[in-house]
Amino acid sequence: MNKLRKQDLIVLGLCVILFVVVEILLDQEIIDPYWEANIILMLINIILAVSLNLINGYTGQFSIGHAGFLAVGAYVGAIFTVKLGYPFEVALIAGTIAAAFLGCLIGIPTLRLNGDYLAIATLGLGEIIRIAILNIDYVGGASGFMGIPRITNFAWAFWIAVAIMYVIKNFKNSSYGRACLAIRENEIAAETMGIDTTKYKVMAFTIGAAFAGTAGVLFSHYYYIAHPASFTFMRSFDILTMVVLGGLGSMTGAVTGAVALTGISAALADYPEWRMVIYSISLIVLMLNRPQGIFGSKELSLQMFKLGGGTHDGTAESK
Amino acid sequence: MTELLKVSDASMIFGGLRAVSNFTMKIDEGELIGLIGPNGAGKTTAFNMLTGVYNPTEGEILFKGEVINGKKPYQVTAMGIARTFQNIRLFSELSVLENVKIAFDMHVNYSLAEAVARFGRYFPQEKNADEKALGLLKIFKLDRFKDELAKNLPYGEQRRLEIARALATQPKLLLLDEPAAGMNPQETHELMEMIRWIKKEFSLSVLLIEHDMSLVMGVCERIYVLEYGICIANGTPDEIKHNKRVIEAYLGEEVS
Repeated sequence: MNKLRKQDLIVLGLCVILFVVVEILLDQEIIDPYWEANIILMLINIILAVSLNLINGYTGQFSIGHAGFLAVGAYVGAIFTVKLGYPFEVALIAGTIAAAFLGCLIGIPTLRLNGDYLAIATLGLGEIIRIAILNIDYVGGASGFMGIPRITNFAWAFWIAVAIMYVIKNFKNSSYGRACLAIRENEIAAETMGIDTTKYKVMAFTIGAAFAGTAGVLFSHYYYIAHPASFTFMRSFDILTMVVLGGLGSMTGAVTGAVALTGISAALADYPEWRMVIYSISLIVLMLNRPQGIFGSKELSLQMFKLGGGTHDGTAESK
Repeated sequence: MTELLKVSDASMIFGGLRAVSNFTMKIDEGELIGLIGPNGAGKTTAFNMLTGVYNPTEGEILFKGEVINGKKPYQVTAMGIARTFQNIRLFSELSVLENVKIAFDMHVNYSLAEAVARFGRYFPQEKNADEKALGLLKIFKLDRFKDELAKNLPYGEQRRLEIARALATQPKLLLLDEPAAGMNPQETHELMEMIRWIKKEFSLSVLLIEHDMSLVMGVCERIYVLEYGICIANGTPDEIKHNKRVIEAYLGEEVS
């Protein structure tokens, strides 16, 4: 167990180094503002991908309504800073709690469903959230919620992403996470081993939704605006693609997927006509050759580099 | 001997089919009971009623004096009934150690906050769970496979792992659904010894479904026989061997 602590500290050290290096590069403008924006988007996507991975990859509940929780976080956060005048920290917590509450509320009835049925139900619910927002004039309706201050910066996004990954990693390596994995592997056996499957499914869904809410607050406080068009089901599919590309059930995979897809999409911005073609072809090639995703369900961990022992750990690769 | 399980007139009806009809059974503490019958006789359905997978349509099931009708499987497990499955249901993509730890997690009670921030009871309880799980694996000679994925184990080892996993929930009654299926005579013999040993070592009662008559007759103290959902006989192995109705159920009636 001391090994585990030591490993966490090493990873934290690597994160600090990474943070300082990128911060210096940003400060010296070696990384231009265009890429700075994309790095922040990457970090937000990382949060979304690892939180969706908790639901889809670890617990095996196929949810595709993640953009709905992103929207809830984005709007609730904005209401707290713009309309109610609270500081950003409070908005972060409020956005997270609001999304968690909604996730729990939606999770209780829908998680009775399996496979395709759950996918369709969550897809529908994501859209319901978006349409509801579209019709609330208090938050700007179809023209979007404007005038949100830009508070999110690299430091906020980076450390929140690291913290969320740490929480999810620890969750997975606890009795709670093992219960979720057991449900994914065999629901009947899980229940016979004393696991209250409904409780753990709702728990995973709520935590996943909560972190999507956190990402939403970061999102709306970076782009000055929260607009319903940013939260369509296409956004949900983007997140799902990142998770599947990296490997369902692997946090390293989710992070890699988020970085790779955001990166490709940003790098190809100059060739708009080729962008989607290259993007799609690369996905098709990957799925043909490696249907389990880049990492499968494996994690990149420090043991691979023979730095320490202990259990799985994905945060080494934190950006 | 105190009574552990009492099933009175339990029936399971699916539409027009009486899968199990007026089933009555009694298991005392420390007993080793067999449940036999031709294919489709309702043995597994009876197991499913006992473990909360099915809620009996009629009748009552008492475990340690408490009614278990209508309880969910995880609640029944918490009361002290564990089971294995006819078609092995391991957590196949997880390691052998994790399989056993998951079953032990019922007895782990650190909070979610302690788990995600890793403080308080997290480390001592995880360590304890690891040791307990490893101890069980050692007993079943599976410790050398502990980091192997469950799906990569040979068939016989998978069966053993399922039993180890069931024992990790710390049951008072262990239900084994065809534990010897697919085993050769040598393995079946070892299994027989193991079941006897488990019963004594963990001081529990065992109820087992089995088609291998040498195993059932050799190890069980009493046997219940099901045919078409109806219990046609119960008694000691000798009584069952010479019971006319049982012979008819298995071999058909004599031509007159």
